[in-house]
Amino acid sequence: MKNEYIPQLSEIKEVIKHTDLEYTFRMAFDGEVKPGQFFEISIPKYGEAPISVSGIGDGLVDFTIRRVGKVTDEVFENYVGDKLFIRGPYGNGFDINNYKGKEIVIIGGGTGVSPMRGVIQYFAKNPTDAVSTTVIAGFKSPDDVLFKKDFEEWSKTINVIKTVDNAPEEYDGPTGMVTKYIPDLKFQDIKNAVFICVGPPIMIKFTIMEIQKLGVADEQIWTSYERKMCCGLGKCGHCKMDDKYVCLDGPVFNYTEAKELFD
Amino acid sequence: MGYKFSKEEMASIFSKLAVDYDVFAPVVKKGDGTFSDVDVVRYDKVSSLDEIEFEKKSDYSFKEALLPINETIFYFTEDETTVPKGPAKERLVFLRACDLNAVKRLDQIYLKNGFEDFYYKRTREMTKFVLMGCKESCTSGFCVSMGTNTTDEYDLYLKLDGDNAYVEAKDEKLAEAFKSGNEEAVSPDFVSENPTKVTLPKNITPETMKSELFKEYGNRCINCGRCNFVCPTCTCFTMQDIFYKDNEKNGERRRVWASCQVDGYTEIAGGHGFRSDNADRMRFKVMHKIHDFEKRFGYHMCVGCGRCDDVCPEYISYSNLVNCLGKECE
Repeated sequence: MKNEYIPQLSEIKEVIKHTDLEYTFRMAFDGEVKPGQFFEISIPKYGEAPISVSGIGDGLVDFTIRRVGKVTDEVFENYVGDKLFIRGPYGNGFDINNYKGKEIVIIGGGTGVSPMRGVIQYFAKNPTDAVSTTVIAGFKSPDDVLFKKDFEEWSKTINVIKTVDNAPEEYDGPTGMVTKYIPDLKFQDIKNAVFICVGPPIMIKFTIMEIQKLGVADEQIWTSYERKMCCGLGKCGHCKMDDKYVCLDGPVFNYTEAKELFD
Repeated sequence: MGYKFSKEEMASIFSKLAVDYDVFAPVVKKGDGTFSDVDVVRYDKVSSLDEIEFEKKSDYSFKEALLPINETIFYFTEDETTVPKGPAKERLVFLRACDLNAVKRLDQIYLKNGFEDFYYKRTREMTKFVLMGCKESCTSGFCVSMGTNTTDEYDLYLKLDGDNAYVEAKDEKLAEAFKSGNEEAVSPDFVSENPTKVTLPKNITPETMKSELFKEYGNRCINCGRCNFVCPTCTCFTMQDIFYKDNEKNGERRRVWASCQVDGYTEIAGGHGFRSDNADRMRFKVMHKIHDFEKRFGYHMCVGCGRCDDVCPEYISYSNLVNCLGKECE
């Protein structure tokens, strides 16, 4: 019987620094992974932390990590060639098929962009698989922007609105909250639109309120929840919401389900 | 098949069994209760029959025999991990009907909710259950209301009655040990009525979740988590790494019992928590016991043992809260 709690050692292949607090660790991993799934990353003595997959490559998996706690602080002490313990992938992840042939709007706040990055990458590479793809990504300030190179790349094939909440006067890009850009979205057929929205709880709440004003049905909205997934295996209980375990049934939920869930 | 013995004969058979098996049973811990000079009944390994407390309900449940309060997941030395060995011997766990019904709930989470749990499974497969009957109902339990007052899932039933002892052995291997006795029909003592009765709310709606009752009861809660720790159906844990002082590169990853009532339970990295209010924590616990679990698995989580009401230092009565909620939902 497989002991799911035992992590495997994985080598750090590349470290991409986005901001002082947020790095992407490109790690060795062989196996099937879907965007939106997560791994438990650990360093013995410091513990485990659930981190979502921010990119998938051949024998590689990316984790964009924000340095905010005991485990992540220690992860930042490691660089290329070092090894971290990982186990996963866990959770359902995003199913690309739900979005093919649709008018896709992907809305992310801060590190909330990470779990959706795989979805964005897919449609940026295969733009004709969707009627249209629009990404609205919000960051606190120009210094907090993640995936800068990606945004440049993506904007060649899909619509990208990268906005910052606060900017110095000379900043010439979009500013304000992501919600500001939702009312102006244009659709050929709003019934064929799909929305994916991931970010801090408060951002998800207001973004969905704004999306609903467009006359969108709940089935057309997806979100992903960040909770304390201690085990990732449906055992430890910390991520339970109502009758759902975020680690098993989520973290990606269609809004028909998500709207029933509360903490 | 049932057998009758004298108490002495039974004690001698038991002593032999306790060599082949690790036996976990409720025992009286003198003076170890919450207040001075108060005893506590909790589970421990026993080697003789007279150590077992057959009369009083145990203050803590049997669950630590299957799920230790803290359990080593692996030892680490730099890049190496080593999984500790499982139980060396088969184990016998003495428990009552409510608790045996709770085993089904533990199995549900640890074996049938997503992945199988390696550690639980290897202990569970080595475990046989010995039912202790209930001649009379305890005061706070409401097993009849929860339908958990009876069970036929036991491997052995053992009853002491004055100078006599009775067993019913369903497990073939265990039955071997009792073949010397006089055959007699034995059936377990189950209660059919409790002084405490609970009527579960029938129409739980999103409005129920906002009930003022949770605020009222939650206000008195001091977040000690005792209700979770005595509960035979609470299964939550937290992962924890510790290291050894004499060599900081060596240590172990453990899982430790956790409580949804204690601070930090929902807190994610960066400090955001999802249930900071006691009313929300109370609602979360109660709804899990009488609603969410049932929605997912088709039967209620709570087995009505009443231990949470007995242990609460603030005299919060879960059974009362559920009854009040039932009235509100009528």
